[in-house]
Amino acid sequence: MRTVSMAETVATTHPWAVHAEGLRVRAGRHLAVDELDLALGTGVHGLLGPNGAGKTTLMRALATVIKPAGGRLTLLGHEVHGRADLRAVRRGLGYLPQQFGFYPRFTVREFVEYMAWLKEMPKTEVPGAVQRAIDRVGLTAKADARMKTLSGGMVRRAGIAQAIVNDPRILLLDEPTVGLDPEQRLDFRELIRDLGVDSSVLVSTHLVEDVVASCTDVVMINEGRLVYQGTPGDLVTRGGHGDAGDSPAERGYSALLRRHRTEAGR
Amino acid sequence: MTTHPSPAVIARYADREADLDEVTMWSVEVHLESCPPCRALMAGVATDDTRARLDRIAARVGQGIAAGPAPVRRPRPAAVLHRWAVWRLAPWLGMTAAVLGCAVLLAVTAPAMPSLVMLLAPVAPLPGVAVAWSRRHDPAWELIAATPAAGLTVLLRRTAAVLVVIVPVLALASSGTGVSVALTLLPCLAFTSATIALGAFVGVRHAAIGLGAAWAVAVVVPAVYTFQLPAMLQPGSARGWALLTVVLAGFAASRAGAFRRLSGLN
Repeated sequence: MRTVSMAETVATTHPWAVHAEGLRVRAGRHLAVDELDLALGTGVHGLLGPNGAGKTTLMRALATVIKPAGGRLTLLGHEVHGRADLRAVRRGLGYLPQQFGFYPRFTVREFVEYMAWLKEMPKTEVPGAVQRAIDRVGLTAKADARMKTLSGGMVRRAGIAQAIVNDPRILLLDEPTVGLDPEQRLDFRELIRDLGVDSSVLVSTHLVEDVVASCTDVVMINEGRLVYQGTPGDLVTRGGHGDAGDSPAERGYSALLRRHRTEAGR
Repeated sequence: MTTHPSPAVIARYADREADLDEVTMWSVEVHLESCPPCRALMAGVATDDTRARLDRIAARVGQGIAAGPAPVRRPRPAAVLHRWAVWRLAPWLGMTAAVLGCAVLLAVTAPAMPSLVMLLAPVAPLPGVAVAWSRRHDPAWELIAATPAAGLTVLLRRTAAVLVVIVPVLALASSGTGVSVALTLLPCLAFTSATIALGAFVGVRHAAIGLGAAWAVAVVVPAVYTFQLPAMLQPGSARGWALLTVVLAGFAASRAGAFRRLSGLN
């Protein structure tokens, strides 16, 4: 339980939390995101796509870590371009990179506290918010253990804790379920369903089942382009018996991907 | 929004028996949450019944706190040490201090040599500044790059941490070997600002390497070879160095936008 602040209940003046039009982003010299149009509102959005589809590059661009090479990107109503002041946008962002480094001597609490401080949260709110974030990811018992003593799944959960510590309006999680055991994955699904009630959550993953179980919306990209955006229920209906996959959702995924590849090949 | 409810309304709010419509009650309640003076007013008009109840609750809460687990005690100085990513900077600063120590030793054993402390002072802070904002030397760079504090703020904080160590060491070394303290510290500060100013264009790391190499080739090597201090380190040039520091620092501040993203150059 927490008090809802005035800023949170204020009406938004922007239709989409994330709005990309013709977005192009480079990863090195390679154009990893090419002319992508994407609009995301409140809810949990699952980002699917094969390896090298541009998921991580897209996540980095949305997290304002790298500069888009072209097109328009609007986050929370603020346009994000080369010369923009990103402070206001970044205060409303939570980001978990695919691989993230940390300071091994920090305890989990110090790590999340340090991130909360970098996110310019009011000093008086930091201890409470840190404890709440650690509790939500189930690391309460390990809050004062050093980061270097944690297992891979626990480090991942500490990463999720730092992403949600500032109650972000846009939450970007790149492969958050890697290293989590089945029970923790179920807890995680519940957590993001909870977070998706009043913020825009984008979860990149390879696990189609995770998306069907916990997302309100599916976004599929391939080779930097949007292949499909729709509901998990609709994704399931796209697959036929001839498609690869062990579940209806996986069959839908491979059917959409194959159709996109043949269209692109023509 | 800032109009306070009248004392009469607050008195009616405090009295359970008094008739107060729901809308007013809500607005008073919301106002009280954020207005200490009105809360004080409200406490003044509370009925004996309410006071007794509050006393009971306070006693109960006190018991709960006494019976519950003790609050986590954290060693504050250690937390401050961690916050500055000291563990990353310490080896570089240690190395710089050791080099300066060697320079002092040389000055004692070979007084005929031009003061190596003076010659090395400008480049002494550069290794520390170079690692302060660099994706190679900060394991958590991707997390930090997405936070609102990222950019010049983080760079300046870390540069300050470097200078806090380097400046006293330089002051000690120069006064110990009997050379001008001003002509040791001012070039040190000028080169620090120059690194940040140039870093806006080519990345801080490249700027530090470039400036360090240029100074070594253009000044240190000829000075050691000819046994003469160059003109720019002769008495009387302190004012020029001070002016240069101010101009470069002002220029660096005007280029704050260049540090918002941790680009490939860093």
